[in-house]
Amino acid sequence: MELIDLTLIWIFIIGFGVFMYVFMDGFDLGVGILFPFAGSDEHRDVMMNSVAPVWDGNETWLVLGGAGLLAAFPLIYAVFLPALYIGVFLMLAGLIFRGVAFEFRFKAAPEKRRPWDIAFFGGSLVAAFAQGAVVGAYIQGFEVEGFSYVGGAFDWLTPFTVMTGLGLVAGYTLLGATWLIMKTEGELQTLAYRIAGRMVVAVLFVFLLVSLWTAAAHPHILERWLEHAAVLWIFPTLSLVAGVWLWRGLGHRAEGTPFVATLALFLLAYLGLLISMWPYAVPPHHTFWDAASSPDSQLFTLIGLLFVIPIILAYTAWTYWVFRGKVRIGEGYH
Amino acid sequence: MMELDPLLLSRIQFAFVVSFHAIFPVFTIGLASYIALLEGLLYRTGNLAYEQLSRFWTKVFAVVFGMGVVSGIVMSFQFGTNWSVFSYASANFLGPILAYEVVTAFFLEAVFLGVLLFGRDKVPRGTHLFAACMVALGTLISSFWILSANSWMQTPAGVELRDGIFHVTSWTEAIFNPSFGPRFFHVALASFLTGGFVVAGVSAWYLLKGKAPEASRKALQMCLIMLAFAAPAQLLVGDVHGLNTFKHQPAKVAAMEGVWETTDGAPLLLFAIPSQSQERNFLEIGIPNMASLILTHELNGTLPGLKEWAPEDRPNMPIVFWSFRVMVGIGLLMIIIALWGAWLTWRDRLVESKRFLRLTSLMIPLPFAAVLAGWFVTEVGRQPWLVHGLHRTSEGLTPSLTGAMALFTLTGYITVYAVVFIAGITFLVRIIRQGPDQADLSEDLPGAHAKRPFSAADDKTMA
Repeated sequence: MELIDLTLIWIFIIGFGVFMYVFMDGFDLGVGILFPFAGSDEHRDVMMNSVAPVWDGNETWLVLGGAGLLAAFPLIYAVFLPALYIGVFLMLAGLIFRGVAFEFRFKAAPEKRRPWDIAFFGGSLVAAFAQGAVVGAYIQGFEVEGFSYVGGAFDWLTPFTVMTGLGLVAGYTLLGATWLIMKTEGELQTLAYRIAGRMVVAVLFVFLLVSLWTAAAHPHILERWLEHAAVLWIFPTLSLVAGVWLWRGLGHRAEGTPFVATLALFLLAYLGLLISMWPYAVPPHHTFWDAASSPDSQLFTLIGLLFVIPIILAYTAWTYWVFRGKVRIGEGYH
Repeated sequence: MMELDPLLLSRIQFAFVVSFHAIFPVFTIGLASYIALLEGLLYRTGNLAYEQLSRFWTKVFAVVFGMGVVSGIVMSFQFGTNWSVFSYASANFLGPILAYEVVTAFFLEAVFLGVLLFGRDKVPRGTHLFAACMVALGTLISSFWILSANSWMQTPAGVELRDGIFHVTSWTEAIFNPSFGPRFFHVALASFLTGGFVVAGVSAWYLLKGKAPEASRKALQMCLIMLAFAAPAQLLVGDVHGLNTFKHQPAKVAAMEGVWETTDGAPLLLFAIPSQSQERNFLEIGIPNMASLILTHELNGTLPGLKEWAPEDRPNMPIVFWSFRVMVGIGLLMIIIALWGAWLTWRDRLVESKRFLRLTSLMIPLPFAAVLAGWFVTEVGRQPWLVHGLHRTSEGLTPSLTGAMALFTLTGYITVYAVVFIAGITFLVRIIRQGPDQADLSEDLPGAHAKRPFSAADDKTMA
């Protein structure tokens, strides 16, 4: 009937948007999580200024994720959000506090900055944890009747999701640290190298743990892995390669490689997750095709997005270029 | 023991988070255009007074926009968390509209905001002006989409309801639904009035204090000229909007006018205490036949009374009735101030008239009150429907939501927003107290914090 499968295209677009969010807001949330580890107020200024001009654009990908899901996969929107009700609130409260901290921290008197330092750190941490828990909840699945969530308020909060939450905290911290390696120098950069080193170990460990746990708890996923082992072996292998690449980059004091290698790690984990869950949008029952909006609505939105998203990517890249280079102590954006 | 009602709590929560959010964009839409104008004038004339003004208002913009952004992110999830059935039912239309808003407006604002705030010395002047224009354009495009979505809920068109799900039959009819035009111009003008009155009020206060007199006089004059057109124009647009509502949502107009019984030659009520339980008003004071004249253009035209609708199909009359009067009252006050100011400007007596300056600076909070009151009229007036006539508010609620969950998040949002709001207002007052002059001098102030990289709304002279 239809020549092209719009739903498939939309899986790609939403997948791309969510990844853009995870990767871009990931590093600025990571910088927030690293805030208390900075040795001085000056270092915290530099950390914040390294992301201040871009964080708002980064976070807009989250809003696109929300609106995009409503447009293309309303069932995901209408089941995930009620199911994660409390978690979504915590994430939003975290994002609010860290978002306003960008402006408020610099405007508070020096002795009154502390609360906004804490808001920036705490908000980033809570938001990162909540997002990680969402990933875990997705793997876990949702209790759905018809097109509505019917489970309880805390079904999403299990030992498994706590672990995926902490895992994403570690992941974002790694992203933030490798971002700081790129954007800073001296003492702060040295600190970032040290933390990044520890986080690589933590992140690879969590990868392993989540994989084993998932296999143990969800036999059908294990079955799929074993069935396609001939192809899927590439994921753990490449992850290991990326991990080693990252580790060596840190050892050689490379400035760009660690960030790129972390990005590769995130991408592998993300693809691995999608392949393991495929084709379920709202596991265990509903596929992406069940969750789709009407083809007409998908098409109407697609036409515009295909034009506009490349433009967004272009001007986003341009602003990153405008604010390229190291952020130094005592050198602002004035 | 009172049972916690998730429906009522969700409605209160939505009203709270959307009202809180609404006050920021309505200000930043107008202010963004003003900053773009200042940057344009600076680019053309090279007059540093414009740069002084632009730098100053950009600081204010940064704080207000920041609060708008974070409270806006909340909005994009509210539909799903508390109104999942409504979201699922209306996703075929609202989803694409909101997605378009994100890609055509939000990214434009957010990304170019970075360049506007932090890029003044990093990009050529023309590029900085371009960034200011893109932020302003983004805010306007955003209001286009969100008002289309809201108007569609008021006057749904271009859709058909199949198995409880809306399917779009005509995108043009749905987007440009019957109430969209009047509502868009009404809100756009409200944004310019809000931005204009805030800038005018702050400038008037500076003139009283003798702060940055040259720049402040310039700013005040610019605003007053704009307001002298925009404030009366709002009366006309508001009238068109009212007629549109009378045609499509007569129950809302009945509540606005305080009409219970269908009346020929209904009076324009200036005061009344509507009683819902007794279905009548107390202490009515009105101008005979005026409401009929305004709405039907005939002295004895017929106004349907609220009793034409079953009690469960009526909006809450007292809220709609009084919100409407607050909005119109403030609107009329704005017209008086704007025309008076334009006259003073024309006679070149602006700076001397202390009374005018004081009054203008006292006006600052009023446009916000008018905007909120206006939204209360239209949103409460739409009840009991989410999508007028098609989808009830009670149908849209998330089934798994319990009263305790809703109470938890409602309390949470109130707490979080209270902290953010108090801090934000404190910082805004501080920036405004400091004023444009001092802020510029402080660029060269020595001291421990003078040379640090700060945020856009940087405050270097703070002790």
